[in-house]
Amino acid sequence: MELNKLCELNGAPGDEGAVRNAIMAAASKVCDDVRIDKAGNVIAFKKGVKKSGRKHIILNAHMDEVAFISVGATEDGMIRIQPVGGIDPRVCVSKHVTVGEEKVKGVIGAMAIHLQSAADRQRVLDFDNLYVDIGAQSKDEALGAAPEGTYIYFDSKYEKFGDGCVVSKALDDRVGCYVMLKLLQESTQNDVTYAFVVKEEIGCRGARAAAFNTKADAVLVLEGTTAGDMGNVPEVSQVCRLGKGVAVSFMDNGSIVTRKLYKSVIDIAEKNGCHYQIKEAATGGNDASAYQATADAKATCVLSVPCRYIHGPSSVVKLSDVEDQLTLARHVVNSL
Amino acid sequence: MLLETLKTLLSVYGPTGNETQVAEAVKKIVAGKVDNAKVDVMGNLIIEKKGQEGGKKIMFSAHMDHIGMVVTAIEKDGFLRVTNVGGLGTKMTDTRHVVFGNGVHGVAVCQPTKDTPGMAQMFIDIGAEDKEDAEKRVSVGDVCVFANDTVMLGSNRVAAPAMDDRCACALLAELLIQVQNPRNTIVAVFSTQEEVGMRGARPAAYAVNPDIGIGVDVTGWGDTPEVKYPDIKLGKGAGIKFMDRSMISTPWVRDALIAVAEKGKIPYQREVLPYGGTDGAAIQQTRGGIPSCTISIPCRYVHSACEVIDMRDMDSALEIMKGFVNAEL
Repeated sequence: MELNKLCELNGAPGDEGAVRNAIMAAASKVCDDVRIDKAGNVIAFKKGVKKSGRKHIILNAHMDEVAFISVGATEDGMIRIQPVGGIDPRVCVSKHVTVGEEKVKGVIGAMAIHLQSAADRQRVLDFDNLYVDIGAQSKDEALGAAPEGTYIYFDSKYEKFGDGCVVSKALDDRVGCYVMLKLLQESTQNDVTYAFVVKEEIGCRGARAAAFNTKADAVLVLEGTTAGDMGNVPEVSQVCRLGKGVAVSFMDNGSIVTRKLYKSVIDIAEKNGCHYQIKEAATGGNDASAYQATADAKATCVLSVPCRYIHGPSSVVKLSDVEDQLTLARHVVNSL
Repeated sequence: MLLETLKTLLSVYGPTGNETQVAEAVKKIVAGKVDNAKVDVMGNLIIEKKGQEGGKKIMFSAHMDHIGMVVTAIEKDGFLRVTNVGGLGTKMTDTRHVVFGNGVHGVAVCQPTKDTPGMAQMFIDIGAEDKEDAEKRVSVGDVCVFANDTVMLGSNRVAAPAMDDRCACALLAELLIQVQNPRNTIVAVFSTQEEVGMRGARPAAYAVNPDIGIGVDVTGWGDTPEVKYPDIKLGKGAGIKFMDRSMISTPWVRDALIAVAEKGKIPYQREVLPYGGTDGAAIQQTRGGIPSCTISIPCRYVHSACEVIDMRDMDSALEIMKGFVNAEL
């Protein structure tokens, strides 16, 4: 399945159905076993081809993306929203959105510059002061289109630009889903469980269930991560850079990468001439934390595609980095 | 000897996430005195000493890891940019001597700025000429700790950077060596990654599945000129924890520990800490809930390069632990 198709699907935490269906359709053709667990994760298993001494590796990517949820409406028909996952309120104003399963068009509004006081212009509008305008005339009309609990998504197109870059919503973590679906088409030396999980953006809640129910020798979490290689960001604070290959983490806020596995992954990358970079920060968190904190824990490592403007409607990745993530993941599941 | 064991363990490099050398040192100390020892996927060292028929299984957890700083990037001119691993700020780290796992020495410095400095203003100077020179000795992801500097203060007190929680590791090691044929089975977990949220003890507790969990860790102090709370004083005995930010001790376990102290006339203090957390909490919240408490060693200046404890409190803690493993529970 192509990356543009995956990104254009909507899948907020708790609303991953469309992504899940697409992944199920693709995975069930090529897997030995595929199921949806109680949490809503897609768990696909494919046996390795190595005759003996096969290890069992979990590859993990999350299906969900950051989005909004309606929490009511004003008397004049504006839909009140809150984020589901971490969204910077500064990226929201004037963005196109789609509301609910019917994909009703809307726009996130704010007071026009003409009407703002000097103090208003200094202030970041928080989610209590942002709303979605769908052209409704009344509260009833707004709630009719978006009753409380309706998911609202950035409406942005997947587009290629520059030297092999793409801009889209949901690149975090459809890149990981894309790479796993690619790898699923191949045969690997070791046994691999492909865990496409839900609700990462609200605290790695899907991965917890996947971690509890699956034993494994190692877990590779495939992610999109913050790239700060732009503007006035000093070189030492850039975290990772587009075009410099898949980013390997040594630690983040959620977990410290299992040292032995980290060394193995770096060795494998070096031996096979993989294009990679070390993620130069200990920030963020991801599903690896769930795999380390559940039951008697698993060894984890995190491989990320550098992503500028992450958690926004116009995130940017370089396709060569996605290919590099695929290449390194492939080498690891074949040679660990 | 408790003091010798303590000094040995204080000298070993072992920041959060890199505890292997501490585990090796502990194994060497208890070699031949225990039934089995293994290291799990999180790096926890789990050592068992079997008890008698009908006894309970008690998991003790003392964490091997020590707060440190991890290299996040290297400047063109060879300075290392870092962030904290565990609860460490600029105040405690500015102008300190640090050391890496491969023995490379450095000094941590916080650049003067107009604003309140944070870890982003810290750097480590390892005497490198430039980035290339620095990269020959240190890589992004390497972790440094305060260089060991263990000193006796008077006849009872010891100051050292890694006191939290090597003093408890020393207690557990001595417990394993000194106790023969205990009534209850001892599972001593020398845990990892406590300083980033008890990430080692939690999976260890799941695997061990004990009847009772006991954290062994340092606690705060209330006996210096400007600090009078919590009501904990050095030299007045080990703390038996009532509560902290992470746990309310299981009452019957807490009372069983107190009973051991009272019966043996061992000095102890009732510890109510308005901050902090220990592995005891991680054990307590594992599986369907495991009855747990924590034995504490009062420690001044916790999370600094000069954490001070009193050996009389260490003796008290060890006596309470010995009594507890032989108690009818």
